[in-house]
Amino acid sequence: MERGLVVTRQLAEGSAIVAHALVEAGCRFFAGYPMTPFTEVLEHMAEALPPVGGLCVNAESELEAVGMVWGAAATGARAATGSTGQGLSLMQESIAEATMAGIGFVVLNMARGQGDYFQATRGGGHGDYRTPVLAPSGPADVTQLVAEAFDLADRWRNPVLVVGDYYLAHTWVDIEVSAGPTVPRPAPAWALDGTSGGSGRAKLVSPLGTAKQRDGVGYDLSEHYAACDRRRQEMTAGITPRSESSAVDDAEIVVVAYGTMSRLAAGAVAELRAAGHRVGLIRPITLWPFPAADVLRAADGARMVVVYENNAGQMIDDVRLALLGATPVVGINGFRTDSSAFGIAPDATVDALCSSVRSLLGGGR
Amino acid sequence: MTNRPDDLRVVPGEVPDDATLVADFTPTLVDVGAHHLCPGCGEPVAIRAVMDALALLDLADRCVAVFGIGCSTAFSNNLDVEVLQALHGRAPSVATGVARMRPELAVFTIQGDGDMANEGLQEVLHAAARGERIVCIMLNNGVFGETGGHLTVTTTVGQRTKNTLEGRDPAQHGHPMQIAELVAGLQGVAYVARGAVNDAGNVARTKRMIVDAFTVARQGLGFALVEVLTMCPTGWFVPTDEAPAYLADTIASTHRVGVLRSELP
Ligand SMILES: Cc1ncc(C[n+]2csc(CCOP(=O)(O)OP(=O)(O)O)c2C)c(N)n1
Ligand code: SF4
Ligand SMILES: [Mg+2]
Repeated sequence: MERGLVVTRQLAEGSAIVAHALVEAGCRFFAGYPMTPFTEVLEHMAEALPPVGGLCVNAESELEAVGMVWGAAATGARAATGSTGQGLSLMQESIAEATMAGIGFVVLNMARGQGDYFQATRGGGHGDYRTPVLAPSGPADVTQLVAEAFDLADRWRNPVLVVGDYYLAHTWVDIEVSAGPTVPRPAPAWALDGTSGGSGRAKLVSPLGTAKQRDGVGYDLSEHYAACDRRRQEMTAGITPRSESSAVDDAEIVVVAYGTMSRLAAGAVAELRAAGHRVGLIRPITLWPFPAADVLRAADGARMVVVYENNAGQMIDDVRLALLGATPVVGINGFRTDSSAFGIAPDATVDALCSSVRSLLGGGR
Repeated sequence: MTNRPDDLRVVPGEVPDDATLVADFTPTLVDVGAHHLCPGCGEPVAIRAVMDALALLDLADRCVAVFGIGCSTAFSNNLDVEVLQALHGRAPSVATGVARMRPELAVFTIQGDGDMANEGLQEVLHAAARGERIVCIMLNNGVFGETGGHLTVTTTVGQRTKNTLEGRDPAQHGHPMQIAELVAGLQGVAYVARGAVNDAGNVARTKRMIVDAFTVARQGLGFALVEVLTMCPTGWFVPTDEAPAYLADTIASTHRVGVLRSELP
């Protein structure tokens, strides 16, 4: 059975759907600090968690929000936090070190536009670490991807990012939602519950490793760092990069776009196809690991690849790395945003993209 | 000082076959008795007091310790109670996450003064004001011992540190903060005390304070803080055997020992 057992049809706002997705995936602890458009999710979580026995804490800062989630996740609970770019910047120390402690949780970046692509995919924090990054296109697939984010966080004991934006938070959609939350999965064996104390083998969860002094290893961290490195390589190999593409087989121009921009691009591609232009679209679903092989395949035979993003040009680097010069790459980015500063780009429209692609095809009409 | 002949020294693992163990001095709930901290350091004494209090209250298998980053971190992988290591300054929020998900447990932090009062001051204040049912324990030696003896917010006036070589001068380096007093003034707080480990009497009083702090938190009365003044001969640049007196004369004259607040019935 697919996740999200369908029972009712509702008109709902994206931020409510994100909150619903978290609860349905078994999230029982959420902490956050308001910042638009993350605030909207926080408000919905404050409403959604208590009825299912969960907790939503209004943390006094993003530093404390991610700290609380570190603690809650260490007890084996599915826990999540989030913010908007700035708040994510504050959380980076904990996100980076949680990868070394083997503590998995979900972090939402309800960003303003797509300017946090580098922060998400390179990791804004310190050290040799990686965090999987999932990018829903909008309310329609966020439920599925939030559930997958928790599965990845559990499987790899690593923080996982889900990136959205103001459009996702505020788009109202007619959507089918499930009856109720799933039952949280039982706590894994490594999780803390206090009971191993006094046994001679009390549990330890630490970014400094879990070797105990009684094992005669002291504080030689090199072993732990090597183990973290192995786990990261295993995770990198173990996660299949994902994408979704349409009309790329015979395409002269292939557009690459993620998140909200992929929906605008899908509209433009449909319109251009209807007008007889050979244009296709590939949408990365996992931003890390990046679906490089899929992009290379989609671009095969194309004259040009267009990277369409709501920032000054960030994902374009990954597309160039994927293609390694095989196909020319052009960026459509750098949109002026409106006065709200929430990352709304009034000029990023289906029509505007259609005319840009038409002129790139050389056949402006 | 007694002169101990070399042949009476017990070398671990080289105990003769016919030897009988007369007494094991490894403290309760500590895995390995020998530690890697400096001779004369007060932190192992304070941690032992915490472990003794847990044993006394029979909480060993119902507790989680959350460690900060400092010299005492050397004990985070040497205890027979569950430990969650936090980042520098972050232990109170991490402990909050544990305590909220597992309200049946005794959740406590062990942090230095640099960790709790410099890097993470807002964390402890917010946890206190939220009335979290956790016990925060601050090992206050007035320096960043771990980095080599640098000024913290609790360093007393006149105290020499690596970056106040002529002694802390308020005109240049600001004034010391009294953390126990600061926390005691907040609503949500049920117990605040400041102990010390410079002599046997103070160790015994400190253990009692820790017992009371856990008791208050377990009864759901609110947040508890125990600040423990600990010797740091290395960071103070004083001889090991003079450190307890230095604590009493210098540190404790600014950070006064005693119970500041108690809602204990
Ligand atoms: C974010 C961050 N900044 C700085 C450090 C370096 N550092 C490690 S321990 C420490 C100070 C510890 O002082 P304190 O908490 O008083 O503990 P003590 O060593 O005195 O027991 C510092 C600054 C760190 N680990 N993390
Ligand atoms: S530097 Fe100070 S606090 Fe650190 S181990 Fe040595 S004496 Fe203890
Ligand atoms: Mg200190």
